Amino acid sequence: MHDIALRAAGLQKRFGGLLAVSDVSIDIRVGEIHAVIGPNGAGKSTLINLLAGELLPTSGEVLLNGADITSLSPDRRARAGLGRAYQKTTLFAQFSVHENVRLAAQARSIAPLRMFGGTRSDRPYDQLVTDAIDRVGLSARSQVIADKLSHGEQRQLEIAMVLATNPQVILLDEPLAGMGPSEARGIIGLIASLKADRALLVVEHDMDAVFELADRLTVMQDGRVIATGLPQDVRVDPGVRAAYLGADGGIA
Amino acid sequence: MSMPNLRVRLFGIACLAMAIALPFCVSTYYTQFFAKALIMGMLAMSLNLVVGHGGLVSLCHAAFFGLAGYVLALLSPRYDATSMLTTLPIVILCSGAAALLIGALVLRTRGVYFIMVTLAFGEMLFFFFHDTKFAGGSDGISINIRPEIAIAGRQLLDLDKPVTFYFVVLGFLVGVIALLTIVVRSPFGRALAAARDNERRARSLGFPIFRLRLTAFTLSGALAGVAGYLAAAQFGFVAPQMLGWHQSATILVMVLIGGLRSVTGPLVGALVLIGMEEVLKAHLDNWKLVEGLIIIGIVILLPNGVRQIWPMVFGASPQRAAEIKPAAAEARHA
Repeated sequence: MHDIALRAAGLQKRFGGLLAVSDVSIDIRVGEIHAVIGPNGAGKSTLINLLAGELLPTSGEVLLNGADITSLSPDRRARAGLGRAYQKTTLFAQFSVHENVRLAAQARSIAPLRMFGGTRSDRPYDQLVTDAIDRVGLSARSQVIADKLSHGEQRQLEIAMVLATNPQVILLDEPLAGMGPSEARGIIGLIASLKADRALLVVEHDMDAVFELADRLTVMQDGRVIATGLPQDVRVDPGVRAAYLGADGGIA
Repeated sequence: MSMPNLRVRLFGIACLAMAIALPFCVSTYYTQFFAKALIMGMLAMSLNLVVGHGGLVSLCHAAFFGLAGYVLALLSPRYDATSMLTTLPIVILCSGAAALLIGALVLRTRGVYFIMVTLAFGEMLFFFFHDTKFAGGSDGISINIRPEIAIAGRQLLDLDKPVTFYFVVLGFLVGVIALLTIVVRSPFGRALAAARDNERRARSLGFPIFRLRLTAFTLSGALAGVAGYLAAAQFGFVAPQMLGWHQSATILVMVLIGGLRSVTGPLVGALVLIGMEEVLKAHLDNWKLVEGLIIIGIVILLPNGVRQIWPMVFGASPQRAAEIKPAAAEARHA
């Protein structure tokens, strides 16, 4: 079976005396959206940073298509096919939408640091850039400076940049953070459309969105995985109900 | 990036025409003066690849400039001229190699630590030449005979003539401007600017930040080597001061006066600073005080450097204006 694109096994991250992530194992499969939920401080963002390479684990390993990438730097992981979007919008604020996305495509091109020839000669990547901008619905705004976009548009741009790197695995950290309901609808539809030939991991607080999108669900608390499986199974897991949702809580 | 419009091109051609006409209109003294100013402009432009486009404030740039001068001095026989065609490539290689070596160490630090570590390496080179005897120590070392441009013993250009030397400098200057313009607009240059604005994002997209910056740092050092070669050839003398931190800081001031966001801004900055010194020196005793006040005034009123006057006077494309404004905000917060 080749369907597991990204696998983490026994991941552990210690910050001094704090065990932020403890013995977390997770499989992310091609064609699936794997949602990670949990209360604040559960270790979800730390997990994403461990998978993306911005943090190195204290122990455990990360495999991308079976290859060990545990000690690779974030840029090497990106070139190996791992794309990520940030919780807090992280763009090239002074560049236009098009330039932001073009840079993302350039990073994955054959000669990303070519010193001669302008950026206009990147013909094969023009299409990739235009497609990514179209797909998130920013075509009409492609010449606008990223700083001038609305919050929702900046989130769309985040996703367009990830798409333009043509990743096989996408890590999304709270893609709906700070969005209004109508803006969120568009992004939810967009995320759902991404899984066709890719594997997605989504950390999200919006439970409606999680249950709409997720094919598989992992619940974390205090740095540990307390349940993982299909959404309908996790939803009725007594441990999850007690720990995460509170005694009287019901999901959705 | 938009292609330069017609007005910008015409302005560039007019500047070049003026530079070509200049030695025929002024005395030998001023021909030499402008050759020196253009060499400093070349040096400031090479630094700006790292500072303006790379976002890394380096305080050891003069080390590569001075090292180039020393290498030329040591390569020059006492009673004979060296050939520029062989010694210039050697000098560029030495400066580039020094930048590669120093860059590989200093680029592991960030922010204020980067500034301090570059300062330390610059001073190390300064004291290496200052405290050892092989290159004249604190007295410096002379280049008795200027290098010549010759093929098979036949001299092509006589560098002893100030006008000829000026045109050789101008030729190199145009070459450096062309090279930097190509590099800044290339995918490499865009990635360098992206890493300047948001290192974390650039890395997560897949750009190898360290290699990117090390390449820029090395190229910048190699181009400083060209300037150092020409400066040493012009003065016929190299002293440790040429690679001290004071010199590095002066180049940085030229970059700040000229503006960080363009290729030729630092050249303008160098001309303004050197021209200003020349005028003030001739008329005032306390010229350094006045110079300091003028520099403070320029930095406060024109946070993007004197290059900012251009869009003020002639108008700018919206794209360009959008690029300039955030830089101004950045400069104020810094």
